[in-house]
Amino acid sequence: MKVGFLINPVAGMGGKVALKGTDGEDILRRALELGAEPAAGARAEEAVKAFAESAGDCLFYSPSGAMGADLLKKYGIRTEPLFEPSAHTTSADTKRAAKMMLDRGVALIVFAGGDGTARDVCAIVGESVPVVGIPAGVKIHSAVYAKRPGAAGILVGRFLRGLAKRFASAEVVDIDEEAFRDDVVRARLYGYMKAPDDREFMQDRKTGSGGAAAEEAAELAAYVAGCMEPGTLYLVGSGSTTMRLLERLEVDGTLLGVDAVMDGRLVGWDLTEAEIKKLLAGVERERRALIVTVIGGQGHIFGRGNQQLSPDVIRMIPKKNITVIATPAKMAQLFGKSLIVDTGDSSLDEELQGYIPVVTGRARKMMVRIS
Amino acid sequence: MNNLERMKRFHQAKWNEPIIYEISEPGARAVLVPGPCCECTSAEEAVASLPSAMLRKESPKLPEVAQLQLVRHYNHLSQENIGVDGNIDIGQGTCTMKYNPKVNERLAGDAKLSEMHPLQPEGTAQGILELFYRTGELFKEISGLDVFSVQPGGGSHGVLALASIVRAYWRDMGEENKRDEIITTLFSHPADCAVPIVKGYKVTIIQPDAEGYPDIEAFKAAVSERTAAIFFTNPEDTGIFNVRIKEFTRIAHERGILCCYDQANANGLLGVTRTVEADFDMSFFNLHKTFGAPHGCGGPATGMVAAKKELRPYMPVPLVEHSPEKGYYLDFDLPKSCGKIKSFWGVAPVVVKAYSWIMSLGAEGLREVSRVAVLNNNYCMKKILAIRGASISFPNHRPRVEQARYSWQKLKEDTGFGTADVQRCVADFGTHYWSSHEPWVIPEPFTIEPSESYSKQDIDDYTAVLAEIARMCYEEPEAVRRAPVNSTVHHIDHDYFDDPAKYAITWRAYNKKYKGYFEPR
Amino acid sequence: MSKKVYPYIPNSEASVQAEMLKFIGADSIEELIADIPEDMRMKRAMKLPEPFCDEAGLARHVGAMLGKNKTARELVCFLGAGCYNRYVPAVVDEVAGRSEFLTAYAGEPYEDHGRFQAMFEYQSMMAELLDMDVCNVPSYDGGQAVGTTLRMAARIARRKKALVPRNVNPDTLAVLRTYLQPDVEIAYVDYNSKTGRICLDSLKEKLTEEVAAVLVMNPNFFGVIEEKAQEIADMAHAKGALMVAYVEPSTLGLLAPPSQYGADIACGDIQALGLHMNYGGGVAGFIATKDEPRFVDEYPSRLFGIAPTSEKEWGFGDVLWERTSFANRDGAKEFVGTHAALWGIAAGVYLAAMGPQGMRELGEAVAQRLGCLKKALSSVKGLSFDRFSGAPFQEVVADFSASGRTVAEINEKLLERGILGGYDLGKDFPELEGCMLIAVTEQTSADDIKALASALAEILA
Repeated sequence: MKVGFLINPVAGMGGKVALKGTDGEDILRRALELGAEPAAGARAEEAVKAFAESAGDCLFYSPSGAMGADLLKKYGIRTEPLFEPSAHTTSADTKRAAKMMLDRGVALIVFAGGDGTARDVCAIVGESVPVVGIPAGVKIHSAVYAKRPGAAGILVGRFLRGLAKRFASAEVVDIDEEAFRDDVVRARLYGYMKAPDDREFMQDRKTGSGGAAAEEAAELAAYVAGCMEPGTLYLVGSGSTTMRLLERLEVDGTLLGVDAVMDGRLVGWDLTEAEIKKLLAGVERERRALIVTVIGGQGHIFGRGNQQLSPDVIRMIPKKNITVIATPAKMAQLFGKSLIVDTGDSSLDEELQGYIPVVTGRARKMMVRIS
Repeated sequence: MNNLERMKRFHQAKWNEPIIYEISEPGARAVLVPGPCCECTSAEEAVASLPSAMLRKESPKLPEVAQLQLVRHYNHLSQENIGVDGNIDIGQGTCTMKYNPKVNERLAGDAKLSEMHPLQPEGTAQGILELFYRTGELFKEISGLDVFSVQPGGGSHGVLALASIVRAYWRDMGEENKRDEIITTLFSHPADCAVPIVKGYKVTIIQPDAEGYPDIEAFKAAVSERTAAIFFTNPEDTGIFNVRIKEFTRIAHERGILCCYDQANANGLLGVTRTVEADFDMSFFNLHKTFGAPHGCGGPATGMVAAKKELRPYMPVPLVEHSPEKGYYLDFDLPKSCGKIKSFWGVAPVVVKAYSWIMSLGAEGLREVSRVAVLNNNYCMKKILAIRGASISFPNHRPRVEQARYSWQKLKEDTGFGTADVQRCVADFGTHYWSSHEPWVIPEPFTIEPSESYSKQDIDDYTAVLAEIARMCYEEPEAVRRAPVNSTVHHIDHDYFDDPAKYAITWRAYNKKYKGYFEPR
Repeated sequence: MSKKVYPYIPNSEASVQAEMLKFIGADSIEELIADIPEDMRMKRAMKLPEPFCDEAGLARHVGAMLGKNKTARELVCFLGAGCYNRYVPAVVDEVAGRSEFLTAYAGEPYEDHGRFQAMFEYQSMMAELLDMDVCNVPSYDGGQAVGTTLRMAARIARRKKALVPRNVNPDTLAVLRTYLQPDVEIAYVDYNSKTGRICLDSLKEKLTEEVAAVLVMNPNFFGVIEEKAQEIADMAHAKGALMVAYVEPSTLGLLAPPSQYGADIACGDIQALGLHMNYGGGVAGFIATKDEPRFVDEYPSRLFGIAPTSEKEWGFGDVLWERTSFANRDGAKEFVGTHAALWGIAAGVYLAAMGPQGMRELGEAVAQRLGCLKKALSSVKGLSFDRFSGAPFQEVVADFSASGRTVAEINEKLLERGILGGYDLGKDFPELEGCMLIAVTEQTSADDIKALASALAEILA
């Protein structure tokens, strides 16, 4: 088995000196001035320790030095270095490494970093090859990251031993850096990568099949599609669950943008706020609808930096025509948490507080709190 | 040898038993069939009068086995199976695995029941009809309600009966189409959600609040004039008793909504609180759980339905009634009935077993059943929570009623092994273990229910097994990875259940896809 | 007075309870459920009859009650109509009574390997009998099986209507209506009053593009063989509908399996495969299909599959494949619960015990006895077997309308003579007032038939 491995050595440096993230040369220089030490390596090592003995004959591809090869060699893992990165590693190095790994036909890419690193890998890899993220950054909001470095290592070990055979789409998000520095989490859905499903296949089905995540999403999409009323304009928000809905309707929508559908046809693609308003204005109020899904580990409905779904737009749609859809697996991840709306208009946010039904499957919905 | 060592050295029967087709010998017979009853007609004549296109051309490929070889084969298989009679079966939480008294098996196996045809005239069925009736009377007191039905064939079937009654009721009220929603909770039995959908309902699920009770605010937001009924299991599978349940039924009743109680988890509540005290309109009980009838590998079973008398018109037909003139009879005169749930009248032998079980205990005995179920569970809970790596769902909420849902999350974080791994290991100790219904919102879950059948020593022994497995996770990971090694078979390759190109549900399907030992053709 | 100790409750012993409470740190068991509110508690003890704490007393009590029953042992049974007085070989009872099977439930395919293998073998034998590649773990009963099957068909065909013959078993019809309402609409196809079979003209009229499936019961409720079943299947397929066959599996040692006359799905009840009648409790359903994902995907029930293990043993488990786009998900699938697994194991033992020869001989024995019965009763005045011209198997319609006696009267008199007469068809089919459905099984003896003949001759005289 061939595996790609990389560490973003500068990830995590900002945190210790109270700078949130190290994206951008200026911030990095400031961090170094403040005496920040590269910490990603230590986190990555925790993970490597956990999977080293499962590596066996596998061949790992990794950039030299602190970007990965050194660490792998330290644990006796068969490594072929990809290239010699510059002294100050940048996102270009990450992307270059990812591209080279793909070219060599790796079965898995393991990376240590933060949201920025995940975004860089995602830009190259998308969902083509499964990935495991070792959390080593300050900004860890992407679902591709395991909860702890050790857990990431265990997951990699299972994959290497051929035990992780199911995969789920995991969100890659990126946070508005400026806002984050002001303590505001304004995240944006960047894309998806494929992460191994950690759950070992279990047979104890007293109640028949449980259905895998992909199946739940397809079932949900089919049901929602079947419920769509004729003559109604549906805005469809970003996310993989809503994407499945568009696929079910057999229209070519976007994963990350807002599309519009009416009577089973695409009537708007990757719309701007202005375009949305125009479309909505052309339809009487009762016939306007919005379907959104829940994004990210925090449970955002509105406020993932989707400028398109502005407070004005949301106000143009009757509340009862706003449907939130999410798979049971997604809701299970958010167990115990409330959903978040952050439209940018605090009075609208307040209006949207309370319990809403989230459609989770055929003929079923779950009451979830928005706070 | 102490008990843990005994269990650790357990080895299951391992016969490497061939598939029955592999022991088939052409011409072998296990039983013979009578020939013609007399000379007046021959078999050939009779067969010749049948349309030839409708006759079977080729013999069915059934195995041919002599009787001893057949008995031996099935004996081997049964030895490779572990029932309550063979293990400390407290690991199958929510199933209420308890002792099925042998006397009840004998009584229910009586030819005076087994050889009865369901369509016999009622006059010839007075015994079983009386028993059905008396069982109903018992359940009227156990539930506090007024009418009963023995018809449903299991718990989920009981839910179907209740959902059908709900539908028939609203049809009668003229609101069948308007009232198309049902509310249930995340921790109720999955059938409470899945089954009403079959009857055309849309289901809204209420999640638990931080304390582990169904979130009443969410419930208030969910009820509407479209709500037909609520389906609640109480206590839920977490073992937490919803102390606010009457608030839920009050809110529901204010809007005319029917309240259906899933009493699958009744084992800790007998004689304490009933359907009627919680203000529910109807409920069902699993006779193969709390009431001592065996599980039979998954049935036959019975979900005994109880309802308030106002709902009698909508009950599944027929009802078992009694009058001085008619004796015991089947009452089909329910024009507004929801219809039939099951063929014929119900699973009579299961009802006999439950009846006998209740009649051997009486009111005091049932009360003791629940007292000890609660005691056993809380004792067991304390033992489990002392195990490294184990924790409980909603830890602030203790104690629990008759079962509890735990979590191996800490074990998983520390060792990488979780509930699936523990389950594999448990087979090496000759016992069972169950995780949780879907969805797994409690991480790495396991659900343990030590019913009143188990002694203190039993609970000590089982929890010692869990502790031992946890220790192995921390200290002997290789052993955990290899498990089970003392069970009937080794690691099963689950790839062969996932892929239409690979799976084989019958021996003939297997032979179409493979030759030898899983060699693809 | 010391506290009562119960044989089934080891910890009912007072000192053990005290020890356990001490360990927990509670003063009483009541403390452990203290959070159950007062206003929810029973204010008194339950009022149940005095229990029989000793086994002997219990056995006497229940035995005496059941003793009031009459059974097919003391009475000569000519009742069928969906439940048959089959002889149950001793080995079947032996295996079904093994406590390892009886008291097991939902363990893993490791420690409960035996149950999985027994069930796989049952599925396999049923598949051969039905000549299909997939058969499920048994469900509740035949009525539920056909209800579930028609729902499956509706999902597969993506249509919402099912055609059901008017002369399907009324009890089965009642149950299948519960399963179909409200998602699938039922329309009825008439039967030909001369032949007793499905009327093809009526079928043609009802068979539109909205129909998902046509149900054929074979033999039908009147005992008549639906010999035009292939034509019916062809008509259904031409309209894009499925043909669903409801069959009595014990007939299939002699009669053709439904796959051979165009059935897409076969379903029914396995009671006649060696299950004691149990007053209607010995029932379990089956559904069988081809091994194609578009069918397999739609089963709500469990399907056990075979798999290799790391040491080259036979392993088993639930087939739970990752569903593909085949599943159109346009309809709600049902639920899986505790159904009738043990009866499936029993039926498997029966089929293995009988073997192909036995099943064929069973069919021949049943056919021969029906022939004998018809001959013996042909001389009875006021009784005719010519109501329907279709060929009967296992059961036959006896027409007493010329006799001036009702079926109810006749049956009452038969009962006085120790005979259980057949099913009164007039109850469900007013046009068949005066007609009785008589069934034979391999247990029907020449003496039984003679007794029936002479009893009827007396009664109708």
